[in-house]
Amino acid sequence: MPRIIINKDKCKGCLLCVSACPQGLIMIEGGFNLRGVKPVKFKPGGKCSGCALCALMCPDCCIEVYK
Amino acid sequence: MDRIYSHPQSLRDVPTHYCPGCGHGLAHRLIAEAVDELGLREQVIAVAPVGCAVIAYDYWDFDCSEAAHGRALAVATGIKRVRPQNIVFTYQGDGDLAAIGTNETIHAANRGENLTVFFINNAVYGMTGGQMAPTTLLNQKTSTTPEGRNAQFQGYPLKISEMLALLPGVKYIERVSLGSAQDITKTKKAIKKAFMNQIEGIGFSLVEMLSPCPTYWGLSPCESLDWIKNIMAKEFPLGVIK
Repeated sequence: MPRIIINKDKCKGCLLCVSACPQGLIMIEGGFNLRGVKPVKFKPGGKCSGCALCALMCPDCCIEVYK
Repeated sequence: MDRIYSHPQSLRDVPTHYCPGCGHGLAHRLIAEAVDELGLREQVIAVAPVGCAVIAYDYWDFDCSEAAHGRALAVATGIKRVRPQNIVFTYQGDGDLAAIGTNETIHAANRGENLTVFFINNAVYGMTGGQMAPTTLLNQKTSTTPEGRNAQFQGYPLKISEMLALLPGVKYIERVSLGSAQDITKTKKAIKKAFMNQIEGIGFSLVEMLSPCPTYWGLSPCESLDWIKNIMAKEFPLGVIK
């Protein structure tokens, strides 16, 4: 199953990946990261297709995609 | 399981100082990806601008130089003439390329220097506090045009790409956008073409990128992308200009 890994401490919480994911598999995490913003997290158990649109849209290169 | 997307080798794995949703991060990454894919990492020399991207050399992992405000193309001309074997590009915002550096830009283009220019157009001055830029749209509110840009007092948005396309020394100009995944893919193709033009000795190439500035547009990052698609791209039409 394809999956993504989000570098949560680099994330600035712009949420461009959230709107880019066609499956809606990225959501805002509850806590804060080292930068003091609410980072995003990968929804566990979702059907990721590995399209990498989230990584393409991320301005801060926080997302790695595995397939 | 294979890693199919990660940050490019030419981009350092460090957090940037850019605001959330800023287009500079995207532009930096696309240029770094193009440099890696064309195998130019040991050959390329970037000239960083003054503006939000002033410390771009901290993020790219290849040779970079800094230039005085607006003078990136003058510095790049010097580097390219002394080291013609290197691939030299400038990375400039609208304040750098289209305001204080208009003179250097026009003359470098008119001389037909074999250089590659990446022009980040976000329609405001980002680093200094969101003031009106030459590329600010009519009726767009900025900190120096609080009631919107008025053509009678502040003139019209400057279309530098169309102006430069008139010059015989200019060989390739394309306006692209960072407003959607599809546009980002097109932007990368344009970046690679601009590099290839220099490698093949074709001549002066410029890629203008419409880039989001959520902070000084007063919009969320997602709304900024919609603003590029629905409003900015109407004033600055996308496509190959020359």
